[in-house]
Amino acid sequence: MSLAQFVKNQGGFAKVNISYQRGETLLAWAMISPWVAGFLLLTAFPMVASLALSFFKWNILSPPEYVGLANYHKLFFTDPLPMHSLKITVIFSLASIPLNIVFGLVIAMLLNTNIRGLAVFRTIYYLPAILSGVAVAILWQWIFSSDFGLLNTALRIFGIEGPAWLGSKVWVLPAFVIMRLWSVGGGMIIYLAGLQAIPTDLYEAAEIDGANWWQRIFSITLPMLSPTIFFQLITGVIFTMQIFTETFIMTDGGPANASLFYLLYLYRQAFQNFKMGYASALAWVFFLAILLLTIILFATAKFWVYYEAESEEGD
Amino acid sequence: MSSRGVGLSARQILSKLFVYLILGIGSIVVLLPLQWMISTSLKPLSHVFRFPPEFWPQEVLWENYPNALTQLPFDLYFANTMFIVVLCLAGELLVSSLVAYAFSRLRWRGRNALFIVVLATMMLPRQVTLIPEFIVFKQLGMIDTFWPLILPSWFGNPFYIFLLRQYFLTHSRELDQAAVIDGCSRFGVFWRITLPMSKPVLGAVAIFSFQFHWNDFFRPLIFLLDQDKYTLALGLRFFQGTYGTEWNSLMAVSLVVMLPLIIVFFFAQKHFIQGVVFTGYK
Repeated sequence: MSLAQFVKNQGGFAKVNISYQRGETLLAWAMISPWVAGFLLLTAFPMVASLALSFFKWNILSPPEYVGLANYHKLFFTDPLPMHSLKITVIFSLASIPLNIVFGLVIAMLLNTNIRGLAVFRTIYYLPAILSGVAVAILWQWIFSSDFGLLNTALRIFGIEGPAWLGSKVWVLPAFVIMRLWSVGGGMIIYLAGLQAIPTDLYEAAEIDGANWWQRIFSITLPMLSPTIFFQLITGVIFTMQIFTETFIMTDGGPANASLFYLLYLYRQAFQNFKMGYASALAWVFFLAILLLTIILFATAKFWVYYEAESEEGD
Repeated sequence: MSSRGVGLSARQILSKLFVYLILGIGSIVVLLPLQWMISTSLKPLSHVFRFPPEFWPQEVLWENYPNALTQLPFDLYFANTMFIVVLCLAGELLVSSLVAYAFSRLRWRGRNALFIVVLATMMLPRQVTLIPEFIVFKQLGMIDTFWPLILPSWFGNPFYIFLLRQYFLTHSRELDQAAVIDGCSRFGVFWRITLPMSKPVLGAVAIFSFQFHWNDFFRPLIFLLDQDKYTLALGLRFFQGTYGTEWNSLMAVSLVVMLPLIIVFFFAQKHFIQGVVFTGYK
């Protein structure tokens, strides 16, 4: 599936023969002009500029010095940290995104079974999803405290002596995955809306045909929900790969760089060491990595994302 | 779907109970961190490090709150944060809906192609553009001012443009046309018909914007230096650096920083949920 197809599936484009009116075109350009300006000033120009900068050595104070591909050579071959941080960022994302999707789906399906108190449950599960940033990071730092933290206290009830979490090279990534699971309600609420939009006659027909619960899930619920899941997956990749605040506040990349996520390393190079050229190369590699992941996901979409025949909608 | 109205079989009752049990346990797990936060914030420091930890404070110290909050100029940080949040919110609402209107209610050549560009920028990690942006703001002498935090919001946010466009598309075109025939200008249609009809999605965008800028840490960290200009997120980070292990004070302050969001959530829950639904629907 291409991006254009994706846009199409987002609704609203039907083939209509229309004559464009001059006045309307002018007004449209006037109305989008802030976005056009923003796109040029805050996206297009900075992207080109950061690509250009990535071939320079520059600490802001002295004039930039052209170094060719040296920054990229350093990034891939001599400095071990960029690839290490990219690796742990991808590992973290590969664990966090699917878990969030699965938990979100399961809770949404449980909530979609005509239960009483739906609104109360929905509120409870969704509440953590609105909270983020420094306050949440500090809270979870305390929860993960090995002796006095909530998590290990709870584990002790079951006779388990929990690890040092944020102080452990092995457990620090799982700790971040667990923390991100707390906000599973954000995805859950989207799946719930998707579930409620599935026409019930599909299930009724399946039931008449003798389909059992599992068959209904796999041949109706999941295919009907697959565009929603796909959208969550794409935004999930972009959002999860950009983890920064939590690691900055809770571990500062430690222990022994075990939670040195990519953006934290980029931040250090750019705004603590003022290696603007090197940091620009880091930024571009990050952008290409995310782009590559997104393209791979779009390429897989045709095997599992199910789109209903396009409906004719408005203009 | 279960059969409604008819008496439930034992099996159905059992599976219902099972669903409630799972959801109930899940709810406790989700709420425990907040309970833990409140409980820690009310304990004396000596009880915070008592082993095994107490789930409920045996001695409640309300004065933890005023004590912690007076360690830093929180009223100043609150005012700074509100100033930034309100200006960002206003810009994002106004500009994004203008742009979304052109992308949904007007007909012009290149509309769909340009909208793909909007979507593509939505997927762009902002860090790619951050360094040149930082340098430009530095050249303009705007480092350590609120400008780098506020200005970008006045150029439209691709995500909100997407949301608003989806909503505007659901309005009927006949209404616009009728208004135009009655002598209303195209801009008048936008201002007097489309916007008033779009309160739910505007509410959702306002809430998302508030939530994002309230929680934002990365950009203030980069663009603000002077402590007098700190936002709550930066102030909290500073507080953490100074009172690293005074968990009762840290929890009290963190909770106070979260509180406005929680209050907004409870009062505007409908908009929150509606807004999320707009984002995820297909």
